[in-house]
Amino acid sequence: MTETIAPAPQRRLDYDVIRELVAKGSRILDVGCGDGALMALLESSHGVRASGIEIDQKNVNNAVALGLSVVQGDADTDLANYPDDAFDYVILSQTLQATRDPRKVLENLLRIGRSCIVSFPNFGFWGVRLQLLVQGEMPTTGLLPDMWWSTSNIHFCTIRDFVVLCDEMGVTVERPIALNASGKRIPFNAPWWFWNLFGEQAVFLLRR
Amino acid sequence: MAETAVDGSAARPDSAEADLEARRRSEVDHPSSLVARFDNDPLTLDAGVSLPSWQIAYQTYGTLDAARSNAILLCHALTGDQHAANRHPVTGRAGWWDALVGPGKPVDTDHFFVICANVLGGCSGTTGPASTDPETGKPYGLSMPVVTVADMVRAQERLIRHLGIDTLFAVVGGSMGGMQVLEWGASFGDRVFAALPIATGSRHSPQNIAFHEVGRQSIMADPDWRGGRYLEEGLKPRKGLSVARMAAHITYVSEAALHRKFGRALQDRENVTFGFDADFQIESYLRYQGSTFVDRFDANAYLYLTRAMDYFDLARQHNGRVANAFRGTHTRWCVVSFTSDWLFPTTESRTIVHALNATGAQVSFVEIESDKGHDAFLLEEPEFHRAVRGFLTGAALARGIEPPVAAN
Repeated sequence: MTETIAPAPQRRLDYDVIRELVAKGSRILDVGCGDGALMALLESSHGVRASGIEIDQKNVNNAVALGLSVVQGDADTDLANYPDDAFDYVILSQTLQATRDPRKVLENLLRIGRSCIVSFPNFGFWGVRLQLLVQGEMPTTGLLPDMWWSTSNIHFCTIRDFVVLCDEMGVTVERPIALNASGKRIPFNAPWWFWNLFGEQAVFLLRR
Repeated sequence: MAETAVDGSAARPDSAEADLEARRRSEVDHPSSLVARFDNDPLTLDAGVSLPSWQIAYQTYGTLDAARSNAILLCHALTGDQHAANRHPVTGRAGWWDALVGPGKPVDTDHFFVICANVLGGCSGTTGPASTDPETGKPYGLSMPVVTVADMVRAQERLIRHLGIDTLFAVVGGSMGGMQVLEWGASFGDRVFAALPIATGSRHSPQNIAFHEVGRQSIMADPDWRGGRYLEEGLKPRKGLSVARMAAHITYVSEAALHRKFGRALQDRENVTFGFDADFQIESYLRYQGSTFVDRFDANAYLYLTRAMDYFDLARQHNGRVANAFRGTHTRWCVVSFTSDWLFPTTESRTIVHALNATGAQVSFVEIESDKGHDAFLLEEPEFHRAVRGFLTGAALARGIEPPVAAN
């Protein structure tokens, strides 16, 4: 049997976008790779050489048992060990908001990879704004399902915040993509405020 | 578990013991396993001398494929041998990695050709201090040059070449075996497709050296050691070797495992005896460990192999940085540690992983939750076995070898 040994991929909307952005046969590092589903997808469809870092030991052991190259580690502390330009793409999928120092993590990602793909839930999404405005409670959504006291997400940001940070860091936003609540792409020519209001999540392709 | 005296002389009839010793002795020069002899084909050692004629004893399991691409080299630990997955010719016990190596097991001999060789400096058929020196016709004893982990690997490399294998699919091993895996990656990286160092470190810590020194001193303090010439005099430093094993064995297990297994329970008695018999079960257990070890191991080999581990220091060998050892590596790595291993704690594995990351290597690192201590890599640990199976399967896919069916 020569079937892929990867886990059955979860339906993750940002994965579809990320798969479009990655070139075939490239070398990628997936930071916060979870159970390795994205790595497995990219290995089978794009023939990439994928490595991953994951903080949760159970996830790591499962991913390795499936034949993926994953290291147990913390994005906040362990990225410093990687050399410059070690990867074609470094991917940070739905993980930025869980890091202690997002800016430092981003700096490391852009140092390690020639390109960097970041996906994150947009805290400026209208549904989020509405929950806070109307109910006066910390919002919970499909992408942010945990209560404020149990979530590992500690640094929420909006699309606007992220663009401002990129600007401040002098990072080139090569391609921004925002997805609305039904997973559809927000038109390319829509203004930023529209993205920020109607994007439930965003995927950014960045370059130094 | 038998009640035995500390020198291991047990309640065994003398003739049976002599018979056992004779069988063990004959394995040293004439092993019942396969053996590759290198006559007048010198092996150069780190100590600056070379062995003109030497031999390496090994076992194989499974079948080498036509492309010679599915060979896995297993590297054994300090007191292991080539009998990884077969009954031991002297003790009659199962192989040391019977749990992992075999048809359908994590190191699947239905798919991989597994080679396990006795290390240089050992006493189960590879040239070591107990072997007969062809120059003198007597056992080498202390005239055997001190060997290093790199020397062991050099000897293995000669064997692999002798077997007509250019690139190993994988090199796998725990503890001292893990050091050999690291050395393979550092010295012959382009000939190792995948490497799996388990419960090991890039160097021996001062604490580890200290424990080894206790073992060596107890052997050398035994009057029957005779300056290392005990074989010529028909003797054996049983007490010293047994104590060395007892001290070492403590480092292989965890406090939690000792508690679970023995606690402070007494051995075959209701009350303490107010004497120095083995009142506690743990004492009796250690004495048993010591005595059975004496039956299968050579004291001088123990000195040489512990020394080899003490000397191992990848950073020192490579201008002070472990990462230098792996520069440009294309090997796929998987580093494994166990939570309760205090001989080679997880921090030691992390050092290796960080060094590999620093070279941009493709690396996996799993820490297995276990309370069995250092010895966990030899025992039944399903999650560990799953990781080994998965890593080898993933690597097999990458190398284009028909892989075993994936774990579930």
